[in-house]
Amino acid sequence: MPKRSGMLDSTRRLLIGIFEDEDGVLAATRAARARHLNVVDVYAPYAIHGMDRAMGLEPSRLPWVCFLLGLSGAAAKVWFEYWTTADNWPVNVGGKPWDSLPAFVPITFEVMVLFAGLSTVFAFFLVSRLWPGRRSRLIDPRITDDRFALVIEQTDAAFDPEEVSRFLQSHNAVRVEERVEEGRG
Amino acid sequence: MAGVVSVLRTPLVAGGKRISDVTRDVCAAMDRKPGALWWAGFLLSVTMLAAGAAAVAYQVATGIGTWGLNTTVGWAFDITNFVFWVGIGHAGTLISAILFLLRQRWRTSVNRSAEAMTLFAVMCAGIFPLIHMGRPWLAFWVFPYPNWRGPLWINFRSPLAWDAFAISTYFIISATFWYIGLIPDLATIRDRAQAGLKRSIISFFSLGWDGSYRTWQRYETVYTLLAGLATPLVISVHTIVSWDFATSVIPGWHATIFPPYFVAGAIFSGMAMVLTLMIVVRKTMRLEDYITVRHVETMARLVIVTSLMVGLAYLTEFFTALYSGNPYEMFVFTNRAAGPFAWAYWTMVSANVLVPQFLWLRRVRTSMAAVFVISLLVNVGMWFERFVIIVTSLHRDYLPANWTGYTPTLIEVATLAGSFGLFFTCFLLFSRLLPVIAMGEVKGVLSYAKEKRHA
Repeated sequence: MPKRSGMLDSTRRLLIGIFEDEDGVLAATRAARARHLNVVDVYAPYAIHGMDRAMGLEPSRLPWVCFLLGLSGAAAKVWFEYWTTADNWPVNVGGKPWDSLPAFVPITFEVMVLFAGLSTVFAFFLVSRLWPGRRSRLIDPRITDDRFALVIEQTDAAFDPEEVSRFLQSHNAVRVEERVEEGRG
Repeated sequence: MAGVVSVLRTPLVAGGKRISDVTRDVCAAMDRKPGALWWAGFLLSVTMLAAGAAAVAYQVATGIGTWGLNTTVGWAFDITNFVFWVGIGHAGTLISAILFLLRQRWRTSVNRSAEAMTLFAVMCAGIFPLIHMGRPWLAFWVFPYPNWRGPLWINFRSPLAWDAFAISTYFIISATFWYIGLIPDLATIRDRAQAGLKRSIISFFSLGWDGSYRTWQRYETVYTLLAGLATPLVISVHTIVSWDFATSVIPGWHATIFPPYFVAGAIFSGMAMVLTLMIVVRKTMRLEDYITVRHVETMARLVIVTSLMVGLAYLTEFFTALYSGNPYEMFVFTNRAAGPFAWAYWTMVSANVLVPQFLWLRRVRTSMAAVFVISLLVNVGMWFERFVIIVTSLHRDYLPANWTGYTPTLIEVATLAGSFGLFFTCFLLFSRLLPVIAMGEVKGVLSYAKEKRHA
């Protein structure tokens, strides 16, 4: 089930539309947002092109993690190479200068890539709450095979489940169901 | 998935597959009992691996003296194998990272196996410097760690230290990239598997993936970032490998053309290896609709391009040497083409530059048997390229009194056979245990070349 920060109320009512193809779920998501429905999440067996715009998602901030950690990795490595070869235990190698910066470039580059890559992946696992052995809670057992799901939250009394069901069906939803999610509050 | 088929573009996946067909076909290839061909290949690979392991045990216990090296030829078979395997590994990252950034969507059918191939090739490559150290249990000495000898640090100015960092980073990043790509597919397998040990293991590694688009969005971001990092990384790896030679003062090695020459050669040999494996996989695993003739043809075109690059590098190298006015440099190159190892040189030129030219013909590119044979010949040629570069530059050095020949011993040949055994054992196991086709990505390109129902 989707988890959202700041949700302290005990339960929420969800309306789930199951779709058979990407065009259906994409059009339904766009239309739902246009109707000011609260789209909680969309579930899909693959990354649908253009869904982020349809859902109105902000671009991920993970590139910042990648950039900053890559930069710190590189900086730390340059400092370490300088410290070991010029300060801590200088060894004369063929009369080369102690601080031979150009020769430090290859390893600095490799360490930058290593830091940037691994930290981005760990940050991704952290923000997406993915960890080894975590139990998956599927909206529909066929989500990882060939089904798409649009999850809409029933926000207030003005929300008419009947009408929204009809709206989802008009976008070729093969099934619409209501679910009550127990809160984590 | 109704739609009009475009006249301009052909679909990437043949047979009018629906999304569920992809899951079914790819998983069926894993669920089927392995055939006689698989068992034959597996037994052969394991036998070669065992022979290699025995040879490695013997040479580690006895010493590097079991090799055919001498005081003049101090590097030969071992380093040749190392450079050969690292080169093979490069195609995986080319397909998974560079072609991803270039939006070459046909890559989805081959990227999973190409990445797996990269990992196994880098593992094979890593073995050779380890053995060459003579005392492989002290291999951790190549990394800087606090120690009681000073502390004495490694020499960060040495290309061999660069190599250790480059290869290990390459292995870690390739493995991460591969695993990230696998997560959604592991979830797919988890959700259709019967409860049991296999399901529990796959479920553990699927990280609770539930197909949420919020996660998919970050996933795509991470994938792009890793591709962006892996692209300069793969170029840096073979560049650094070439610096092992280029930063020395040996005629025939000391050349500025080495980095681009090595990178092109690596992609060339890797593409050939991908072709070799894919042609077998599509046939034996009945995946002809996914790895189509078009895929083979496209990769064959990449083989021609890189073959021409390599050919140009051979010519440039020769020209530069003859034009240099340096008698040692001139001698090394005439000795390569006409000396005692001329047979190796001409094997290299014919297999790498002449044979791939047949791929200009459409009939050859679309014939699986022909492409298979050419891809094998390219790999032979690329192995000889490294052998020629290494041995012919050393065996006749500055002093004619030092001139010798070089013949590999049985131990060295057995070690090379063992590395092939390791490579194919790993690949055959991979093809049974994990989806050889990235289902999550192929599903996303099914609608390619079909008109959308909604604008």
